[in-house]
Amino acid sequence: MSNKKNWPLWEVFIRSKAGLSHRHAGSLHAADAEMALEMARDVYTRRNEGVSLWVVESVHITASDPVDKDALFEPANDKIYRHPTFYDLPDEVKHM
Amino acid sequence: MIMADKDLEKIFQERVDNEIKIEPKDWMPDAYRKTLIRQISQHAHSEIVGMLPEANWITRAPSLKRKVALLAKVQDEAGHGLYLYSAAETLGVERDDTIEDLHSGKAKYSSIFNYPTLTWADIGAIGWLVDGAAIMNQVPLCRCSYGPYSRAMVRVCKEESFHQRQGYSIMLAMAKGTPEQKRMAQDAINRWWFPALMMFGPHDTESSHSEQSMNWKIKRFSNDELRQRFLDMTVPQCELLGCEVPDPNLKFNEETGHYEMSPLDWDEFWSVVKGNGKCNRRRIRARKEAYEKGEWVREAAMEYADKKQKRREATKAA
Repeated sequence: MSNKKNWPLWEVFIRSKAGLSHRHAGSLHAADAEMALEMARDVYTRRNEGVSLWVVESVHITASDPVDKDALFEPANDKIYRHPTFYDLPDEVKHM
Repeated sequence: MIMADKDLEKIFQERVDNEIKIEPKDWMPDAYRKTLIRQISQHAHSEIVGMLPEANWITRAPSLKRKVALLAKVQDEAGHGLYLYSAAETLGVERDDTIEDLHSGKAKYSSIFNYPTLTWADIGAIGWLVDGAAIMNQVPLCRCSYGPYSRAMVRVCKEESFHQRQGYSIMLAMAKGTPEQKRMAQDAINRWWFPALMMFGPHDTESSHSEQSMNWKIKRFSNDELRQRFLDMTVPQCELLGCEVPDPNLKFNEETGHYEMSPLDWDEFWSVVKGNGKCNRRRIRARKEAYEKGEWVREAAMEYADKKQKRREATKAA
């Protein structure tokens, strides 16, 4: 490993069209945010993939640990009353 | 709770068997990680080195239309290299280290790029045969068990179908052109046919990593299966050009419904892999030179970014 200061890693998010949220597309190295945006344009949107770009330096993303997956997401599993299909209504109620 | 490696490995294999993707922070066996780092970084190197034989013809493309198409294709290869380096980095390697391995010869790249591009027809043959073989290899990788690799391959495959079509379109124009152009087309096919078939790698019986990669669902089809598919698809395309398949033993087996071909020259294959192809040294020299000459640019950009950052902080403080 060299001890030179390398360009940091950035995560790239693309909004594919107005009305949709930005979605992770991949990552790239760039010296700063401005350059990351320019590079993201060339690397990830050569075919009209988007109308808007976000770049976030990867070190600023805090991610949940896969080990905690059950603790985090399991509790939602048995809460079926959070879904509309849990509630039986008479057929006379047509749209609800 | 600390789980023993063999339990973790069992959970891992169950996920793979159930077609659940493995993501960067999930537990994975060391050998799986190593295999992926090797494969993805070599795949990235192939995209990057693959720009060199084609770049040779950008300035000499026969028309503006052909030139912009070739430029776009070569730019795509650079992009594909970058998607793949990023995917490799999610496994914990540094970009610089993978590039260093390419330059030192420790990491390989697809041997096909060690052949020279002698005429414009070679650009057609590369797009049609080399990209065609690459697509055949890459489509199953879209379903690879490792999430970032599979996502990168989806992007790559979407973009590469234009590459093959632009190549075949060049071949069509030349094959229907003057006798001289037709000769060039045939000559390019003669030189690229067997190297393209060798891109699928050694025979299944000789392929050292295959079985494990199949179990890990990194690989979905064997080298020989993919090679056969490519042969069956490509022979009729060659006939449509009105060109000859440069294999005296090529024949269609009515019973199996498949083409049969001459044995491949694996001595040549291994000799090129080991560095004795026509362009091995030139390719690595070009990569190293580009990297070394770009050093001051990378440093200057970093310095400039630091300077801008400091200036912003100073303005904020004032």
